[in-house]
Amino acid sequence: MSEQKLTEHLAGNGPAKDELQVAQDWMREGRNLAIATVVETWGSAPRPVGSHLVVDEEGNFEGSVSGGCVEGAVISEAAEVIESGEPRMLEFGVADETAWRVGLSCGGKIRVYVERLG
Amino acid sequence: MEPNSLVKLNEARRERQAAILLSEIGKGRDRVIREGDTVAGPLGEAVAKAFRSGKSGMFELDGQEFFLNVQVPAPRIVVIGAVHISQALAPMAKIAGYDIEIIDPRTAFATPERFEGVALRADWPEEAMGDGYLDAYSALVAVTHDPKIDDYPLIQALKSNCFYVGALGSRKTHAKRVERLKEAGISDERIARISAPIGLDIGAASPQEIAVAVLADIIQAFRKRELSAAEQAKGAA
Repeated sequence: MSEQKLTEHLAGNGPAKDELQVAQDWMREGRNLAIATVVETWGSAPRPVGSHLVVDEEGNFEGSVSGGCVEGAVISEAAEVIESGEPRMLEFGVADETAWRVGLSCGGKIRVYVERLG
Repeated sequence: MEPNSLVKLNEARRERQAAILLSEIGKGRDRVIREGDTVAGPLGEAVAKAFRSGKSGMFELDGQEFFLNVQVPAPRIVVIGAVHISQALAPMAKIAGYDIEIIDPRTAFATPERFEGVALRADWPEEAMGDGYLDAYSALVAVTHDPKIDDYPLIQALKSNCFYVGALGSRKTHAKRVERLKEAGISDERIARISAPIGLDIGAASPQEIAVAVLADIIQAFRKRELSAAEQAKGAA
């Protein structure tokens, strides 16, 4: 995620995206995809429970589960989930240096559920 | 996620219907539950609670984890009357997380200068509100004092399953209103849904204080509403 996009995102005034509709559109196009969902948060997590990240088999993505710091990891896990069809539960702390630099809250922890569509 | 579940969930969202995607974690199984659908047992209680709070979350039952992905439309307040009370109510509603729109055919009242940044329509409610305009996530507040303007939207609200109906006016004014609504064929049971005098009884005196009372009344109606199938059916009948 670019710095500008991330800033917009944090300010809550980024372009309105509808990840679940994007997922449906991509499905109609015949793309294989995974949907990642924030299912639990502890502390000051940057994205609320229910936030989605939609990833296709080529690594294209829409949405966000953390405001930028763990998206890379989720996208690579998603590739394996699309391949195997086995859902996965991921856990992340978001208190890394990158998170601090762009002003994300530290000390939070999130659980992200990744599953294949279909 | 089942492709069919995704399609159903998006359909509900487009229709401004509350829905929950219930996923069995680790199993890849899920289903879509619409508000008012019956779900038995402890899971049913979790579902009802999730609809009321509007919050997604995990739920564990017999060692199996479930995720309830709650999709509810934003609650909105439709105000008939671009009056003082509405001027105070608009910013407060926004702060509380409610969408608000104001309808008043009197162009001297419904001016953008008096309602900066607020969705405002200088039309008769008959023109502004089509069929199905008020849904289960809508509140109707009629504050013009003028039956020519207030009565139509009140009747529409009482026929709908919107979660709140309030009308400004003294007990005497309201008694006359009740007579007119009866003549229009609205049942006593429905008429009893109207919050009148409008707002929680906090002794509000100024228009600004009345706006606080109205907003509190709306919040109470929204957060304490019944979501059982029976109530839904009653509302939609």
